[in-house]
Amino acid sequence: MKYVDEFRDPALGEVLAGEILGLVEPGRHYKFMEVCGGHTHSIYKYGIDDLLPANVELVHGPGCPVCVIPMGRVDDAISLAHEPEVIFTCFGDMLRVPGSAGTLLDAKAEGADIRMVYSPLDALRIAKTNPERPVVFFAIGFETTAPSTALTLKRAKAEGVANFFCMCNHVTIVPPLRALLDSPDLRLDGFIGPGHVSTVVGVRPFSFIPDEYHKPIAVAGFEPLDVLHAIHMILTQLKQGRCEVENQYARVVPWEGNPRALQVMAEVFELRPHFEWRGMGFISQSGLKLSEAYADMDAEIAYSVPGIRIADPKACQCGEVLKGVIKPWECKVFGSGCTPERPIGTCMVSSEGACAAYYNYGRFAREREVV
Amino acid sequence: MSSPVSEREQKVLSIIETARAKRQKFRDTQITMAHGAGGKATASLIEGLLVPAFANETLEALADAGTVSLLGGHVAMTTDSFVVNPISFPGGTIGELAVNGTLNDVAMAGARPVALSLSLILEEGLSADILKEQVAAIAAAAADAGVPIVAGDTKVVERGACDQMYICTTGIGVLDDRANLSPASLQPGDKILVSGRIGDHGTAIMLARGEFELDADITSDTQCLWPMVDTLLDQAGGSLRCLRDATRGGVASVLNELARASRVAMVINEAAVPVHPAVAGAAEILGIDPMHVANEGKLVAIVAPEAANAALTALRSMPGGEQAAEIGECKTEPQGMVLMATAFGGKRVMDQLVGDPLPRIC
Repeated sequence: MKYVDEFRDPALGEVLAGEILGLVEPGRHYKFMEVCGGHTHSIYKYGIDDLLPANVELVHGPGCPVCVIPMGRVDDAISLAHEPEVIFTCFGDMLRVPGSAGTLLDAKAEGADIRMVYSPLDALRIAKTNPERPVVFFAIGFETTAPSTALTLKRAKAEGVANFFCMCNHVTIVPPLRALLDSPDLRLDGFIGPGHVSTVVGVRPFSFIPDEYHKPIAVAGFEPLDVLHAIHMILTQLKQGRCEVENQYARVVPWEGNPRALQVMAEVFELRPHFEWRGMGFISQSGLKLSEAYADMDAEIAYSVPGIRIADPKACQCGEVLKGVIKPWECKVFGSGCTPERPIGTCMVSSEGACAAYYNYGRFAREREVV
Repeated sequence: MSSPVSEREQKVLSIIETARAKRQKFRDTQITMAHGAGGKATASLIEGLLVPAFANETLEALADAGTVSLLGGHVAMTTDSFVVNPISFPGGTIGELAVNGTLNDVAMAGARPVALSLSLILEEGLSADILKEQVAAIAAAAADAGVPIVAGDTKVVERGACDQMYICTTGIGVLDDRANLSPASLQPGDKILVSGRIGDHGTAIMLARGEFELDADITSDTQCLWPMVDTLLDQAGGSLRCLRDATRGGVASVLNELARASRVAMVINEAAVPVHPAVAGAAEILGIDPMHVANEGKLVAIVAPEAANAALTALRSMPGGEQAAEIGECKTEPQGMVLMATAFGGKRVMDQLVGDPLPRIC
């Protein structure tokens, strides 16, 4: 595949790995967080870890949209899906996230009309072909996906589709990063910045990381060479005593982001005073809801949802995994009580979740020779 | 070079592997679409509910077809239902799948298919023209394979109780003397072959549904695999350990089942796996691994190393086998696990599919 294979070239990978080895100081341990779940997925899928020196440790961050959804929101979604006549639409991963009494997939088997969509526009199409039935789209994701939800809502409004509603769970990337950096139990040497989010917000919003917290960050793409290159850039900064935001993904990410996408978002959404994150609690100004102008399409206004905060199951340590405080395998229920087929926590559900990525791809003793 | 695994991590991993090696339990309270996807939930349904309920040695082997001794000979028997949506798609129809799918399960036991039965479940209101088309497709596929349909049944259900038509076929075959196949017979060193490019059928269905607004020239690979098996048995006979057609759950599911059954490890060389560029492209966009995508005319053959070249040549000599490839090798450790040596130079686990990216694929 053109423009893809070039970034998966094993020969170049070897060269980069060699240079990375030359950049690390022996005896020093480096801990870098990849913020985005897409990176976590790539790292395990391509076995990028295998090319890194033993003293470069990658820590998984909070940037997985499914992972950060708290249980109470799943319960609200299931309650909406059971409303008479409602067609409930969401992305596939969301179907398997457990609420306090089962998943959306269970609700579907019980008779709720729940349909998996690949784009909010698919949900709008369903609304147009079923004008007599309310169609709810369960919107999730960071600034990456928020513009497509916003555009869909704009189109629905322009076309006068009165039966289309949105349950908004969009979140923003900067507040959880601040929360992480403020937390005393995590010591990081640098960040692999989220490439997809940055296509929308740009690189500038991350400048607080070097400015206020004195950590280097390289916004990176998702192919294996991108990830290695970003690690190379961070290590170079450390070696040269620099600390700044760099853009490894310049082929896609403009410094200023995408002003039109940002403008559409500003039109359709407004910040919630606070939003609950799975395992991280309430973070102020970290979630989006529909603005006044779109309030009539807000499913949480049109329907009464329980809106009850459900504490994570006692055994679940998703919060610590999301904050990079523990490795997936260090969770008490990893692989025993919590598996991809029977997840307790969200991190085990999404392919971008650290636990699922480790379980599905990384789960074998690397130092043990394959004979 | 890689970060060392601590003793604690190693312990956690061992506990997981011990748990996974055990027969899966069926603990769900209701059937969800995942139980039909050919992945882990399907395995828990089969191994946790059905096999224990009907406990017998033949079924417990979990082969594509069961073998029974009959009048001094050995007969392979299998049955399969077809619910694919849509019922016609590029490269095939539900009727062709119903014939080829069952014939292939017989063939994978190393048996020459000799007869089929056919059961139709029709939805009230189904157009007679559509039915006639499908019946013609069934007749043509059976004639191509030279296997007669010797018994049948028809049922009609109310509108909405099924989607146009479902087909159930049963096939029997005579076990071939040249074959000595078992999913538990794999040895370290054995070579892993696939008979051609993988993931065509699942991708063709996905695109035919038109949900993705993707367009590509991909057709289903549905075909009867007995002629290929016949040639393989000729050229590699006793060195063939096991054959599987990689339908729902794809090649990855087949390999995981075999690695578990034989308590061997497998290492697959990602760069060697043949995938149509358009299938690779669609899978890339949709975030699906072609190794998890269904095939309807591709087999996985595990062969003793000394016969691997002969088997590969045999596969490539047959229609539909031109792109056959050796994709990996059986190893000793880690037992029961399939690893992928990535084209980028790393390593990862290649597990069975979880959940259902694509219901009603066959």
